[in-house]
Amino acid sequence: MPESRAVRYPDGDVALLTLSQKWLGMVQTGQHRRGTSGCTRPKIQVTAGRTTASVRVMPPDPLQPDAHARPQGLPLASLWRIRSYLRPYLGRLAFMLFAACTSVGAQICVPLLTKSIIDHAIALGHREELVLLALAATGFGVSQALLNFIRRWVQASAVTGLEQAMRDDVYSHLQRLEPAFHDDWQSGQLLSRATTDLAAIRRFAGFGTIFLITNVVAFVAVIALLINLDFQLGLLTGIVLLPVAALSTWFERRYGVLSRLAQDQQGDLATAVEEAATGIGVLKALGRRDAVARTHRRQAGEVYQTQLGKARLRGVFWASLDLAPNVIIGLLLLFGAIAAAHHTLSLGGLVAFITLTLQLVWPIESMGYILAGAQEAATAAQRIYEILDAEPAINAAEPAINAAEPAINAAEPEVSTADRSGPASGSPPPAPTTPTAALPGLPDEPGRRRHTPAGVAFEGVGFRFQGARTDLLRGIWLEVEPGQTMALTGSNGVGKSTLLSLVPRLADPTAGRVLLDGTDIRDLPLAELRCRVACAFEEPTLFSASVRENVSFGMPGADDTDIARALEIAQADFVYDLPWGLDTRIGERGMSLSGGQRQRVALARAIVGRPPLLILDDPLSALDVQTEEEVTSALRQVLAGTTALIVAHRPSTVALADRVALLAGGRITAVGTHSELLATEPGYAELMSGDPRPDRPPEPPEVAGDHYSSAVPR
Amino acid sequence: MSEQTWAGIAAEDVEVVTASLSALLRRRVRRLLADLLRPYHRTAMVVALLIVLANVAALAGPWLVGVGIDQGIPPLMHHGDLAPLLLIVAAFFVSIGIQAVCTRSFIVGITTLGEGLVLELRQRLFMHFQRLPVAFHERYTSGRVISRQTSDIDSISELFAEGLDSLVSAVLSLLLVGVGMLVLDPPLGLVVLTGFLPLAVLTLWFRRESAKAYRRGRESIAAVIIHFVETFGGIRAVQAFRREPRNEEIFSGLNGAYASASLRSSRLIAVYSPSITLIGNVATGVVLLYGGFQVLDGTVQLGVLATFLLFLQRFFDPLQELSQFYNSFQSAAAALEKIAGVLDEAPAVPEPARPVELPEVRDAARPGREIRCEQVRFGYRDNLVLPDFNLVIPAGQTVALVGQTGAGKTTVARLLARFYDPGSGAVLLDGVDLRDLPDARLRQEVVLVTQENFLLSGTVADNIALGKPGASQAQIEAAATAIGAHPFIESLPHGYRSEVGKHGGRLSAGQRQLISFARVFLAGPAVLILDEATSLLDIPSERAVQSGLRTILAGRTAVIIAHRLSTVAIADRVLVLREGRIIEDGPPQTLLTGDGEFAALHASWRSSLA
Repeated sequence: MPESRAVRYPDGDVALLTLSQKWLGMVQTGQHRRGTSGCTRPKIQVTAGRTTASVRVMPPDPLQPDAHARPQGLPLASLWRIRSYLRPYLGRLAFMLFAACTSVGAQICVPLLTKSIIDHAIALGHREELVLLALAATGFGVSQALLNFIRRWVQASAVTGLEQAMRDDVYSHLQRLEPAFHDDWQSGQLLSRATTDLAAIRRFAGFGTIFLITNVVAFVAVIALLINLDFQLGLLTGIVLLPVAALSTWFERRYGVLSRLAQDQQGDLATAVEEAATGIGVLKALGRRDAVARTHRRQAGEVYQTQLGKARLRGVFWASLDLAPNVIIGLLLLFGAIAAAHHTLSLGGLVAFITLTLQLVWPIESMGYILAGAQEAATAAQRIYEILDAEPAINAAEPAINAAEPAINAAEPEVSTADRSGPASGSPPPAPTTPTAALPGLPDEPGRRRHTPAGVAFEGVGFRFQGARTDLLRGIWLEVEPGQTMALTGSNGVGKSTLLSLVPRLADPTAGRVLLDGTDIRDLPLAELRCRVACAFEEPTLFSASVRENVSFGMPGADDTDIARALEIAQADFVYDLPWGLDTRIGERGMSLSGGQRQRVALARAIVGRPPLLILDDPLSALDVQTEEEVTSALRQVLAGTTALIVAHRPSTVALADRVALLAGGRITAVGTHSELLATEPGYAELMSGDPRPDRPPEPPEVAGDHYSSAVPR
Repeated sequence: MSEQTWAGIAAEDVEVVTASLSALLRRRVRRLLADLLRPYHRTAMVVALLIVLANVAALAGPWLVGVGIDQGIPPLMHHGDLAPLLLIVAAFFVSIGIQAVCTRSFIVGITTLGEGLVLELRQRLFMHFQRLPVAFHERYTSGRVISRQTSDIDSISELFAEGLDSLVSAVLSLLLVGVGMLVLDPPLGLVVLTGFLPLAVLTLWFRRESAKAYRRGRESIAAVIIHFVETFGGIRAVQAFRREPRNEEIFSGLNGAYASASLRSSRLIAVYSPSITLIGNVATGVVLLYGGFQVLDGTVQLGVLATFLLFLQRFFDPLQELSQFYNSFQSAAAALEKIAGVLDEAPAVPEPARPVELPEVRDAARPGREIRCEQVRFGYRDNLVLPDFNLVIPAGQTVALVGQTGAGKTTVARLLARFYDPGSGAVLLDGVDLRDLPDARLRQEVVLVTQENFLLSGTVADNIALGKPGASQAQIEAAATAIGAHPFIESLPHGYRSEVGKHGGRLSAGQRQLISFARVFLAGPAVLILDEATSLLDIPSERAVQSGLRTILAGRTAVIIAHRLSTVAIADRVLVLREGRIIEDGPPQTLLTGDGEFAALHASWRSSLA
């Protein structure tokens, strides 16, 4: 019995895959909750594909040349590179191939036995022979089924393992790539590579390769048999059926084009849907429902038309797929019957001929599908190697310098000596020898070493975004002495956050260098650098983990006392009121917190480890005035014992700092105390109070008394 | 639990589906389907006829082959008479012709029907979501709104596009072949049909197990995707806090769980599909043996045996397809359940049955209208926010609403914009209850601006024009200029024609906010409500917006909420809210001189300034 059309979906994994799109919705939910500003939502396009594509890949933004999306060699070459992942399964693959070929052989034998049954056992009335032959036919049939079972069973574990290994590799490689890479790539793009593309490869590796070979084997063997049965009819069958392979290839190509068109249109529709959903507040406020509905109706109509076009093509194709072998059977019936009547072909031969011909249908009609799958897998492989070939621009593997040993928290397991086993070639850092006093409010604990505040210096630092025409930062010279708190201020979009992100090497400067305690940070192992620098960002990212684990990321091995202290300073005591207190899971897959709550937990995470250098990027922006005030006053105690660089928009935050640096036009234009700058820098005064005259905070306006009317108090 | 509790979308969060609930869901889906199918009755009948015809024709083929062997060859062999054979072959060609034409028309027909349904469903759903109140959207979240309209609809469309024709065809050919075999030779037919018994058991087992595996697969891939997106959405924090090793551990666990779920799925098929082959092949053997004896005994003709052998392939093959499409059928059914639930949600802020007209504005230069809240009571579920709220804002007044977080400021703003309706009491605009105003009219008069500065994809100009469709370029630029957005827009690569990118990603938060303001300026509503609308701006930009606001607000009624008290600078009157009640009310200067809450708030804000 031949494998049916349904084998188009060999592993039943299609349904699982199309799911990825469903869950993107959930992810977006969380992301939407997170970003009130809307700019941090991952740009995911959701749509249904035909059998595979579930995540639509948005074209790269034309305004920003996508340096990473360059093709790396031919798709087939990429597919060939996958062999390294197949290596553990070579034995199994060979076995699968063997099983598949044997199964084809067993399948072919059944019609031949049928022929013998009809021509010998029945025609001559040999009952024992009939029993024997029928049992043999059953035996071959059973072994075919068994071999199919074995092949599928073995195949299942091999290709699942392949997919799993590749996905693990893609994930860990992506984690090593710098944030700028992730800014360039929309997360939907990355996700579609990690799901849809990997599945395409999996399908081809397990299914396509085997059938590519067995189909050819089956075709050749069956045609040879047919020709042996009856030369002319056999030749005729081969000649008539072969174009079906071409038809199938043509169909897959045409259908592929239409499917992609449908995908694009569904993607545009999804964009409209997404905008209408995320912007529902604004659309409602302005009453623009009908305008968006019109766009939606037009786009939905386009999708409808394309789907109908697909159906017309599919209708013709499936009808012809039924028709072609049927025409041959009709011709066989005519010529075979004539031949049988003239005794050039036996009746059994005719029946065997027809059943064998039916066995040819699947290998031929599936060729188009298999070739399309091969192409899909090759493109998928290419897309995956685009990611795997991207070199981390911020290299974590440089020779480590055994720096600042005394400053490392003893409870920090990640920077073990094994991690710093590189050649200790660099000069020893100016390791501070003076122990710091216990932090006020953070009494020292026995057995736990305290951090020594670090000094940080920017020397001629410049920064330009990839593809930008001008530098965002140029010639930044700034030094923050150990123990000092420096506020960084400037108007929206001037590059404050970018400057800060250079310190933990989330980006590298395009000019100049950043020094931590006198050492160029590029000479420090990444893990060590990031262990000495703790950050809290305006956009607080929490992980899907318990509150405890989230906070502990700032200090692995932190105990509840450390965590409690940090939460107290950050005014994040509310976590104790969560259903499971510190053990409540938060983040994407956990309880949702408000923006202000997340900022406070993120702040606790940054300060819990009492890091030598604290980087705070407007970490209180989502708090109301009262809470901000409470956090600010508590934070003062922390800042007294460490070095800090703080982006501040508000005077209240600036007040935490010993000195303030004003960033304007890509440069530090002034450094001084708050009052100095207020007095000397009109730009600063305007930024802080909105008033260029520093000594006069805004006056309350005159009241237009005639409009005044009193409320009805109760 | 009573069925009433499962109205609308409530059933979406239910883990354990009880019998009564699933009956309700099924009823709801049936109602929706019946409603959607109403215009397609005729098409549905034609499609059904086509598929029956196609399958009957498909069965006629093997039967005619048998007839040809039994009735066509003997006359030719014995009398040299070709006519019967030619007749049979002609009939064969006619039948395969009918089969081809009917198959093609059926596929086109069922897709036309299915996609027509999907199109109607898309539009209904879209409009329904647009009509549902903000309170619904807050609860339901945009992610779910999007998945209902994308992945759920798509899985239904997918069923029509890829699966349903094969599914229907498979079921039908199973039935017809079974009947055909019984008619052709009842004993032989019965022998084959006994093979159907283990098959039915096997199929039931497979259905149950694969449904389980499918669910496991869904859940595990969802976990993989969520973790993936979370990691790379927050890559800065991941790297800054050296979370990579832990992440890798988590990911590899989730990925492993998905791999084992997908392995389970594959193995189920590895068992099921060869089992069908096995039963089919054993049936072939049995037919050969039993049928062979029958032919030997002369009770069955050879052609019938050949027909049976050909039938067997048509009988067992479709089962393979059935098993494949079961999952997509299931996911489409689940999707339809959720969609039916959404469509069942009644808009909590319905359109008025008898709309009332607003009085004309007498002075065009002073378009403001009076706002009045009368004994408004409002709460979210068990949390009463406004116990009894009364307020009159005369036309043209600018009011600042201050108070601590949770005092109810945002709730007031949303009630005034009719994002919610009060539980009791009324909100009146120039004496007309907001509930009596048609939505379109209300939105012309009252606009709420929040810090959610949403931009549609399109140009900057398009986005400003959203405030007033059909606005001229000059009007757009005038609006941008008034609000202080003109200089930065001009500095963009293509000025007003610059694309804002997806959700305005290319622009800073402050810039997006300025565009939102220009949009509202262009809309020119009678009442403007600003809820923390300037909080993302730096102080100079906020100042610029405020000076623009002074021009906008002239003559209009405005309510402004901001935690930066600089806003008070443009207010005529300050309301201090605490626990849903107005505790202070007066001109800012009067309140400042006192020792009330506003004075305290203002003092602490002032001290934070410089």
